[in-house]
Amino acid sequence: MSIDMAQFHQVFFEESFEGLDIMESGLLNLSPGEPDSEAINSIFRAAHSIKGGSGTFGFTEISDFTHVMETLMDEMRDGRRQITQTAVNLLLGSVDCLREMLFAVKEGKAIDAERVAEHKHALDLEQKNSGSSLQDESLPAHELLSGPAHQSASKVIGWHIAFSPHADLLKTGNDPVRMFRELSVLGELEVTADFRGVPDFYQIDPEECHLSWNLILKGDIGRGPIDEAFAWVEDDCDLAIQPLYQAEDLSLSASANRQQQPATESIVQAVISKPVDSSTAVIKEKAPGDEAKNKGSTSIRVDTSKIDTLINMVGELVITQSMLSLIGEHFDMSKQDQLKNGLAQLERHTRELQESVMNIRMMPINSVFSRFSRLVHDLSNKLGKKIDLKLIGEHTEVDKTVVELISDPLVHLVRNSLDHGIEMPDERIAVGKPETGTVSLEAYHRGGNIVIEVSDDGKGLDKDKLRAKAIEKGLLEEDAILTDKQTFELIFMPGFSTAEQLTDISGRGVGMDVVRRNIQALGGNIEIISELGKGSTISIHLPLTLAILDGQSIAVGDETYIVPLGSIIESLHIKEERINRVADKGETFLLRSEYLPIIRMHEIFKVPNVKTTKLSEGLLVVVEGQGVRCGLFVDDLLGQQQVVIKSLEANYRRIEGVSGATILGDGSVALILDIPGLVRLANQ
Amino acid sequence: MKSENQPGSNDKEVNQFLTFELAGDSYAVEILTVQEIRGWEPVRKIPNTPGFIKGALNLRGTIVPVLDLRERFGLENVEYTPVTVVIVLSINNKDHPMVLGVIADTVSDVLDLNLADIKPAPNFGVNIDTRYMRGIYVAKQGMIMLLDVDKLLDVDDLSKIESLL
Repeated sequence: MSIDMAQFHQVFFEESFEGLDIMESGLLNLSPGEPDSEAINSIFRAAHSIKGGSGTFGFTEISDFTHVMETLMDEMRDGRRQITQTAVNLLLGSVDCLREMLFAVKEGKAIDAERVAEHKHALDLEQKNSGSSLQDESLPAHELLSGPAHQSASKVIGWHIAFSPHADLLKTGNDPVRMFRELSVLGELEVTADFRGVPDFYQIDPEECHLSWNLILKGDIGRGPIDEAFAWVEDDCDLAIQPLYQAEDLSLSASANRQQQPATESIVQAVISKPVDSSTAVIKEKAPGDEAKNKGSTSIRVDTSKIDTLINMVGELVITQSMLSLIGEHFDMSKQDQLKNGLAQLERHTRELQESVMNIRMMPINSVFSRFSRLVHDLSNKLGKKIDLKLIGEHTEVDKTVVELISDPLVHLVRNSLDHGIEMPDERIAVGKPETGTVSLEAYHRGGNIVIEVSDDGKGLDKDKLRAKAIEKGLLEEDAILTDKQTFELIFMPGFSTAEQLTDISGRGVGMDVVRRNIQALGGNIEIISELGKGSTISIHLPLTLAILDGQSIAVGDETYIVPLGSIIESLHIKEERINRVADKGETFLLRSEYLPIIRMHEIFKVPNVKTTKLSEGLLVVVEGQGVRCGLFVDDLLGQQQVVIKSLEANYRRIEGVSGATILGDGSVALILDIPGLVRLANQ
Repeated sequence: MKSENQPGSNDKEVNQFLTFELAGDSYAVEILTVQEIRGWEPVRKIPNTPGFIKGALNLRGTIVPVLDLRERFGLENVEYTPVTVVIVLSINNKDHPMVLGVIADTVSDVLDLNLADIKPAPNFGVNIDTRYMRGIYVAKQGMIMLLDVDKLLDVDDLSKIESLL
């Protein structure tokens, strides 16, 4: 075949990583001893498609490895195996291993064979372990690194399969006869057809399948090949596959197994402890991989309903357009009203279209939140703390860029909460709190913003300690007077860390300032509220989308600039007596007993032809950026509008004081001001 | 990139070049880098940039910087007239594709040039910068300077200029 498979690799990797996420969250939700068939099924399906995909693309190591995992899960699915914490941990470790393998393959690097073999060995052991009385999976010979898993196969003498296809099975191109033929190759097959579902002759649709079958397949056959025969029709039929045993074998092997169990269990445990230990290392190592992922994957999955809405919208737009051109063809003043209506309609459609296009970029924040269950699971084990993670509002939709960029800061905040926030169980009991701590992640919309909150019910921040630390580090004057809010903000200062003991999880003092910078780079801000002994809440406010901005246009000379509406506090005429000149350099003005610096736009941007250079004749726009307030001296305010942010950097480079550009209604370009940048520029 | 072909690498290779005029002299750029040619229209000034960056242009939703070649090459400035043109070029700035508009007096012609006939730009001494030149072609009507468009918007170069300002 001459098809270049490489073109599908990207899709395969994306789907596989998605599948791994599903497996991971599914596994974390599995509680030992409670088989939740829906959860196991979804894990199994994810594993199955990874196996199928990797097989197709010839990544045999991955498909072999997944196969072993799949076998284990298959037994859980059928209830032939108890779900133990050991098994779940083992599978989680394997998911990590699989992810590394996929990364390696994606990057074209060699797979860490040793680690893979280790995991495979552990899986094999586990497989032979508890469930093995019923277990008979015949693995391909090359996968059996550690002895035959075949040992108990003799106990199964055959299978009973109840197969009742749904009416539309044939339409999917599947043919029961062919499947039976496949089965009959495996062993002696007895087929009994059940005619009860067949309707009257006149009602029969020849394209539908009304029969169901009872099959008895005798012989020493593994479950795998049978599943394989039905693999394509799993979703189109009701299928029950039960093994047939020789009665006496069953009880005997079960008791034999119980004795064997403790020994193997401990081996498995030993192997598991390794991957769990290395889990933090894995998280750290992920960074370069993540980067590659951000660069590599530029596709986005969109809900079909969103696309349908979009297509509807475009349809409407086309209709409006043709209506308008009809009016335009034979226009006279009598049609003025029609024209106005048409234009109003056009405006509405355009706005709706804009909204739904923006909507495409929106995805639920769940994709970020979901990975935290794993993080909390691993870290709480490592730290020896008991922690519940609560996710609230995980279906809140955010811009794709936000989703990609918010993840690292959030990881940092959650780790901080786990490490420094939540106390050890005995400490908690001593202060009368429940033994299990709670960390919650909440997302919701407020105004045009999305708010993400990370809160914990741990020990909270100690204001006095923060203060002492800041003074010790020379970040704060000894006699400085700070409000509570300002004190908490100290933790965002570079080089600040109060952790008495550095751990490898957090506490190196290089975190919170980076977190704050990242968030500010997204146009958001971060706040912290804390009460000693009760816990802390960190809220992140982010703009809903990074592509559109509410702006105020201002005029300076012949130029038009856009100021982000969110950063404007007010605009005012200023009286001469409220202006202060400091050594004819800096200018400040008095606003409600606060002196604010004045930035003359025409000076720092060197704009000629301004209407006036007298402060009392122009306008001051009071703006705030990164906590700094100042007044921008401009000629005039023009109007408010939503502007689409275009990049200047794409074709040129960054300009200090300008965050981007946009296109105005008349087709000309206007620059969008970056307030913190302007302040920096003015200070130079 | 075509422009990486060394002159004379293939005797038979013929490329098409768009020629235009600046202060009476002929210049040329490889036609494959030309995206479109537009009439001059006022652009939005970008603050705190070198003078030869005239501003930003809205090219169907993309923001494109516009560079005055006369100023870039230190020629005398003229008023822009209706025949002043903006040649929109797709360039490769350090492996980063960019779109750039350059202002020229007029566009003249499209020429088929044999790459072997392109002479390397002579060294004019220290005073004249030949970095942006790919070579010189001697035509019947006179010399044509071939520009290396990828170097026109060299960002390092720009910041150096800025630091001098």
